[in-house]
Amino acid sequence: MTEPHVSARPAPPPGPARRPALLAGVPARRETSVAGALLVSVLAASLLVDGFATGRNAGFLILDVAAVALIALPMTLVIVTGEIDLSVASTLGLTSAVLGRLWLAGLALELIVPLCLLLGALLGLMNGLLVTVARLPSLAVTIGTMALYRGLAYVVLGDRAVADFPFSWTGGAVAALPGTPVPWVALLIAGLAAAFGVLLHATAFGRSLFAIGSNADAAAFAGIPVLRAKLWLFVATGAMAALAGVFWTMQYGSARADNATGLELSVVAAVLLGGVSIFGGVGALPGVLAGVLLLGTIRNALQLADVPSDTLTVVTGLLLIVSVVVPNLLARAREHRRRRRSAPAGPG
Amino acid sequence: MADPSPPVPPPLALVEVAKSFGTVRALRGVSLQLRAGEVHALVGENGAGKSTLVKTIAGVHRPDTGRVEVDGTPVEFAGPADAQRAGVAVIYQEPLLFPDLSVAENIFMGRQPLRRFRRIDRWALRERTRALFTRLGVRIDPDRPARGLSIADQQLVEIAKALSRDARVLVMDEPTAALSGVEVRRLFAVARSLRDSGAAVLFISHRFDEVFALCDRITVLRDGGHVSTDPAADLDADTLVRRMVGRDLGDLFPRRTTEPGDVLLEVEGLSRAGVFTGIGFSVRAGEIVALAGLVGAGRSEVVRAVFGVDRYDTGTVRVAGRRLPRGRPAAAMAAGLALVPEDRRQQGLVMELSVRRNATLTLRRALSRYGLLLGSAERAAAREWTERLRVKAGALDDAVSTLSGGNQQKVVLAKWLATGPRVLIVDEPTRGIDVGTKAEVHRLLADLAGRGLAVLMVSSELPEVLGMADRVLVMHEGRLAAELPRGAATEESVLRAATGREAGVAA
Amino acid sequence: MSVRTGGPEAPVHRARGARAARRARGIRELGVLLALALLVAGTALVNPAFLSAQSVRDLLLGATLLCVLAVGQTLVIVTRNVDLSVGSVLGLSAFATGSLFVTFPGLPIPVAALAGVLVGAGCGLVNGTLVTVARVPALVVTLGTLYVFRGVDHWWAAGRQINAADMPREFLDLGRLGLAGIPLPALVAAAVVLATGWYLASYRSGRELYAIGSDPAAARLSGIPVDRRVLAAFVVNGALAGLAGVLYAARFGTLDANAGLGLELQVVAAAVVGGVAIFGGSGTVFGAAVGAVLLTTIGSALAVLRVDPFWQQAVVGLLILVAIGMDRLLAARSARRLRVADAVGGDGRPGPAGGRGEQRRSTS
Repeated sequence: MTEPHVSARPAPPPGPARRPALLAGVPARRETSVAGALLVSVLAASLLVDGFATGRNAGFLILDVAAVALIALPMTLVIVTGEIDLSVASTLGLTSAVLGRLWLAGLALELIVPLCLLLGALLGLMNGLLVTVARLPSLAVTIGTMALYRGLAYVVLGDRAVADFPFSWTGGAVAALPGTPVPWVALLIAGLAAAFGVLLHATAFGRSLFAIGSNADAAAFAGIPVLRAKLWLFVATGAMAALAGVFWTMQYGSARADNATGLELSVVAAVLLGGVSIFGGVGALPGVLAGVLLLGTIRNALQLADVPSDTLTVVTGLLLIVSVVVPNLLARAREHRRRRRSAPAGPG
Repeated sequence: MADPSPPVPPPLALVEVAKSFGTVRALRGVSLQLRAGEVHALVGENGAGKSTLVKTIAGVHRPDTGRVEVDGTPVEFAGPADAQRAGVAVIYQEPLLFPDLSVAENIFMGRQPLRRFRRIDRWALRERTRALFTRLGVRIDPDRPARGLSIADQQLVEIAKALSRDARVLVMDEPTAALSGVEVRRLFAVARSLRDSGAAVLFISHRFDEVFALCDRITVLRDGGHVSTDPAADLDADTLVRRMVGRDLGDLFPRRTTEPGDVLLEVEGLSRAGVFTGIGFSVRAGEIVALAGLVGAGRSEVVRAVFGVDRYDTGTVRVAGRRLPRGRPAAAMAAGLALVPEDRRQQGLVMELSVRRNATLTLRRALSRYGLLLGSAERAAAREWTERLRVKAGALDDAVSTLSGGNQQKVVLAKWLATGPRVLIVDEPTRGIDVGTKAEVHRLLADLAGRGLAVLMVSSELPEVLGMADRVLVMHEGRLAAELPRGAATEESVLRAATGREAGVAA
Repeated sequence: MSVRTGGPEAPVHRARGARAARRARGIRELGVLLALALLVAGTALVNPAFLSAQSVRDLLLGATLLCVLAVGQTLVIVTRNVDLSVGSVLGLSAFATGSLFVTFPGLPIPVAALAGVLVGAGCGLVNGTLVTVARVPALVVTLGTLYVFRGVDHWWAAGRQINAADMPREFLDLGRLGLAGIPLPALVAAAVVLATGWYLASYRSGRELYAIGSDPAAARLSGIPVDRRVLAAFVVNGALAGLAGVLYAARFGTLDANAGLGLELQVVAAAVVGGVAIFGGSGTVFGAAVGAVLLTTIGSALAVLRVDPFWQQAVVGLLILVAIGMDRLLAARSARRLRVADAVGGDGRPGPAGGRGEQRRSTS
């Protein structure tokens, strides 16, 4: 309908009875509830699970979630614009394979690592170009490149494993900050999270991402270079996945083509659990970090409690569904009540 | 209503129907009887509640109070399917087609002719579609997909769809907006034959000549309320306009004198294959130029290409003498161009975001300090402009979707005026907003032109075009059909050029 | 718009545009079929053993599971949804079938098979309900149930493995027997493809699935029971994944909780390669089935061609990209041809493909 079915009349003057915008409140509320869930699970695990509340275990926990956290940061931005990248785990695998191959070829790690990051950026660029220039749906594109990059990883390294990296690197990857049980990678993640957080929540670029994800048309009409923004995000995602690949390889001391197979769904699950809408336009980085840590905490606690790891799979899935279903049903109930009271906003 | 109830209950009636959306009362106690064998016109300004009324009849909306009656019996439509079962067919303003499916399937979706074992009879499907098109006098291949049909053809498919239902109640919501004269005449012939076979027809149009040519009774709506229902023979166009607007037309538009300055916007030879061809015009500082034409003539497409949202194949666009690169809205904005788009909800605003974020979306870079964009800077800028335009919003952090249409439009205007443009393009600036805000928008545009902005206004409302513009450009089927100075622009001359009956100045 | 514009040549151009569009629609499935034929022919030229009865049997058997899953997935994707949980559903149903035989050794085979299918349908019902009632995006729901169903499978299996010895010989024979050299599971898959394809093309409710995916809002306004149809698509897809689980059990005989792990994206890929649009509204189960066969054949063909087996997955990835690229190209070409045909016919008005339509929002 060209004519909106709302016959418009001046809105009533703002009264004290008016509640703050429900929609604007939703992301904030999602973050707090995820953070709350994290707090509760940490407390519960500390009380109930022997060996959870130790510095050593905290270090393990952080190392355990490091790769997912690194990739979840740029993935949050990608999903906020309404796109998705399912090729990240394969990018990680290909980076790992190339790293191993170049090491076998005798290159120095100081040279290999920058090359790997560059490779990741290029793989991301390829995704980005297919999405923005060829205008293909990112879901389909990255399912394709997921197979392609993983396949190339096998081409590069076959089913071998390269494991003779110097201890200065493999040990260094999991080393703790002097005098603390906290691995230094926690600092790296915190720094990058701060950078991505500021980028998303306190810059012009970040603002445009939300606009793109909510309504790409309106964003284009506001002069936002929609395609360029998306292209950069895919490049960043590729580079971060490569960084995770380097870290993964050193952390486990093994370069393999099948490293981190299936990790893409864990990343997406963590991002969605953190309150980012799969349709784009809604999300906050702190929520995603809380989501990553929540999954890590539960996993870690269950392992310590000797609960079969299979339970974790169920918990992950249930958390994901419940975290979306419940707010959804609540919002609908609220909407219903508002309509009853014949308060704000007609349907779109 | 004044009429005594006829002995036979009408096939469909609305009784004291009220419907609100949030704070907006779209319908307030409207009663309406659609009688068998009668064409009933519904007129009113945009935003008067016509579409809400149509959707109530169609089963999309349920009335808050009041009721819908079929053959004198109160019914409750749980959804469009119920209304369809009751014999109601609706041709919506904007066609509702499935782009991936064939034209024939679009027409008979859910009612395809069947063979044995309830299989779809493809042959019959095609033949019945052909027969419908023959009756309408159009030639569209029943097997082609709906994707890619022109707006007029889509409208014709919608009409065929409604016809195929053998409806007892046919509602046509501005079906003629995109049609040519021949097609309109044929549509009327079909509507009359339906009426003569006992159907009740509700016809909605902005064109009074059509209303008087086709309809037996006319109902006027204003601001969601019922104003009058009278036999068409007792009315004339002036009376209708007065009732629709609630006052005389004369004092609707701000009076102003213009002294055009330098050329600020210059478009030459702009073409896009299959969309528009050879468009050239200029707009001077202090001038308001209207771009008129029928829906689908390509007006919005032209201004979108000028602004850079769409690409064009050939031609140039200059702002204050500087040539703009193709397809780059950011460059157009930097040169001082602003476009208030046609579709407020889809293109003008990000409905989920707050008033503050929307109002400052165009100022992202300007408001950043050392690359950081802080909420406080946004809030200050948003407050300044929403106050200047007197946007009535609860709080700047409210989602913009909670505002009324008029206030939403003000937010869009605020967002663009905040960029300090030299050339302002407005596409349907007053569509779907109430009379009061409409006048405010008109005053604002006049005021801006008075301050030396060049204003290009796309509008489908003739009174607005005639009341506001210093010059009128008329488009017909992708070409400029006429350029009329204020003195020569009349309702008749503009319509004639818009329907291609006469070329004023060849472009 | 011959009538409006009156140009004598107008109808000709229109007809040409329409034919182009029709061609573009059928051409997609033909393209995949052709690719498959070329692959098979090329490989057979290099090594005729590729077409030996045994090799063809293996090929068909290999494609069976993916084929059945791709058909079900097509039903869901066509409605603008997706089901990522199919791999887990397959695993769960396979294990359920196996454990039935363990618990009730004398159980008639059809009963066990039916139970497997029902387990799948139940999973589909869960997915469909969450999508239609709780209105959660299908991608999120089925990503969640991917974990949940797999976890339930693990719980149930608790590290156990069901071996061929636990299942009746007749059941395992189903995976090997055949008619005229064609393995029975392949015949089942073919029957599924034909029946589903026939249903989608010839029944009102089948066409309504396409309408829903093509424009969900318009579908609601047209009075199509959108939620019921989407729910049904999920249930049928679940049932087919359950059937695939039964076939899996019969074929492999050894079952643990990892059956079908990671299969979901391969299934989506098969549908996409077969021309099913990822955002709904178009595509056929025939295309999806051929896509599935093509994806599985590549593996064996590369082996026969003595290509490093490590290339296999990369080629599959490339194939997916080429397929969606082709789709885009074909769509753009037919849109342009329609637009120009209309324009030549004298109608300069923009169609839906001319402006706004191009910027379809990707809702992944």
